[in-house]
Amino acid sequence: MNHLVIAPILFPLFAATLLLLVRRVIPLRVRRRLNLVALIVQVLLVSLLVQRVAGGEILVYALGNWPAPYGIVMVADRLSVWMLLITSLLAFFAMLYAVRGTDAGSRHFHPLFQLQIFGLSGAFLTGDLFNLFVFFEILLLASYGLLLHRGGANRVRAGLHFVALNLAGSTLFLFAVGTLYAILGTLNMADLAVKAAATPPENLGVVRAAGLLLFTVFALKAALIPLYLWLPAAYSSTSAPVAALFAIMTKVGAYSILRVYTLIFGAEAGPVADLIGPWLLPLALATMAVGTLGVLAAHELRRQVAYLVVVSVGFLLTAFALGTEASIGAGLYYLAHSTFAAAAFFLLADIIAMGRGTLADRLDPGPIITDANLVGALFFVTAILVAGLPPLSGFVGKYMVLNAAVDLPSMPWVFGVILTAGLFGVIALARSGSLLFYRAEGVIERTGAAGRSAIGPNWGRLLPVIGLLLMCVTLVVLAGPLSDYTRAIGQQLLEPSAYIRAVLGDPRNA
Amino acid sequence: MEALIAVIIGVLTACGVYLALRARTFPVVIGLTLLSYAVNLFLFVTGRLTVGQPAVISDQAVGYADPLPQALVLTAIVISFGMTAFIIMLSLKARAELGTDQVDGRLDAGDGGDIPGEKRG
Repeated sequence: MNHLVIAPILFPLFAATLLLLVRRVIPLRVRRRLNLVALIVQVLLVSLLVQRVAGGEILVYALGNWPAPYGIVMVADRLSVWMLLITSLLAFFAMLYAVRGTDAGSRHFHPLFQLQIFGLSGAFLTGDLFNLFVFFEILLLASYGLLLHRGGANRVRAGLHFVALNLAGSTLFLFAVGTLYAILGTLNMADLAVKAAATPPENLGVVRAAGLLLFTVFALKAALIPLYLWLPAAYSSTSAPVAALFAIMTKVGAYSILRVYTLIFGAEAGPVADLIGPWLLPLALATMAVGTLGVLAAHELRRQVAYLVVVSVGFLLTAFALGTEASIGAGLYYLAHSTFAAAAFFLLADIIAMGRGTLADRLDPGPIITDANLVGALFFVTAILVAGLPPLSGFVGKYMVLNAAVDLPSMPWVFGVILTAGLFGVIALARSGSLLFYRAEGVIERTGAAGRSAIGPNWGRLLPVIGLLLMCVTLVVLAGPLSDYTRAIGQQLLEPSAYIRAVLGDPRNA
Repeated sequence: MEALIAVIIGVLTACGVYLALRARTFPVVIGLTLLSYAVNLFLFVTGRLTVGQPAVISDQAVGYADPLPQALVLTAIVISFGMTAFIIMLSLKARAELGTDQVDGRLDAGDGGDIPGEKRG
């Protein structure tokens, strides 16, 4: 048994505990460094894990050495470590931004940040449906704390909605899990896959209902239409590094959909095969369309970015819904891109908002911000990335998804919605960019004495943005090997028998 | 017994959903609490209803109650208590910050506001 599998879960927990214990005795400066070092160690741990599973091996860690269907297992396959790698890199850059001042004002920011990583890693690695629920709750509870960090009326209002919705979601999750356990008698995902495929006809309806209930929960986390309404307010009112970290949170929902509906309700699941097939594609396309309208209508830059996250979720799930090896691979490549790009955009929007005093990130003409050339250039690059124009990774991801859709019957819809959404995205971002950077002159200085004075960007703040953009550039430079890897993930997902064999052992499923 | 449990879960869920859809934070919190009670009961009975049978190994036992739902429901209870405590604190904070206990934080036109100290019907 390889202890490396559980290391990315235990290490953030350890770091969080340490940061919680030392929060009163060690000055903030040292705690910041401790947290950054912990995040670097996390990246290294995950990189080691990536090397181990890249060849297609599925590592299984049985807690307390209890064998699979009875004990709890952690499973690291290509998909899990891909998500872990994205999470740990994103967390590092978000923290790099947060240590420039956002983290002050509460002793618990650093421990909560690590607990969030703990919950995310657990959710990606667990091989057990109930533990998925537990890790969801851990990451949600940490996210509530982070979301409300430093308070304010808007943040509290958005936070209340976020918490209430997620509590309702948790209840649905438990109902779904309970139903599956009552009918199939197991919660281990591999074992569920075996049992679901052998569901007797009289129980089919209940298992289907539980599966769809589970889909509702994941759709809520992923912000799929019509359950996306909490996202724009929550993401645009919270502090920038937290919003950046939250860029991965919707992807947890997308990950869960991909995992559960390829493994348990996948093509090989007999009577419950392809359970959400008819639902996912229309919903994903509708999410893209509605998200695009939000992008066009937004009055504030951060809200616009939040709607861009909704669009990217729609895009991602469109790719997953097409359900071929190539489309899932393309979707996972796009997942990495959209996470880094959205995070960079949230941080950049914060820099721009700080540079405009009382106007903040409202999309009105205002005074020229300091270092407009540099910030404007970064805005330009980020906008190209997010809108999916060549030559950056957004374009590569989009091209790969479209390429995967060419031969499918749903091709006209997929092409139509994706290309139209892309066009409107470009229009909206061009408008925001020109409002923020070109139409700046000739406006009377309205930053009165009562208002916040503008703070210019500094390298400490710009560095994480540039780092995240470099991640996207790396995605383009290494597009060949990385897309081969994500395609291999797709291949592994569409052959769930290997996963089941790895978890349950050979003799039961030979 | 099955019918009774089913009715209890159903009534709790129905009341929970109704209250969770109300406009003020207090009923919403109560509604979410009722929903979590319903789901805890539901989880508890997913292992089927058995009377007087041990959950752990015993020499005299003729059969066993399913121990797993009990473990699940313990976890779920702890989590739902924590979450309920959190949302109560958050509602109080929202009441203080927004000056109203409307869930969306806005005063209704005919509401007459929700001024602190004012008596509410």
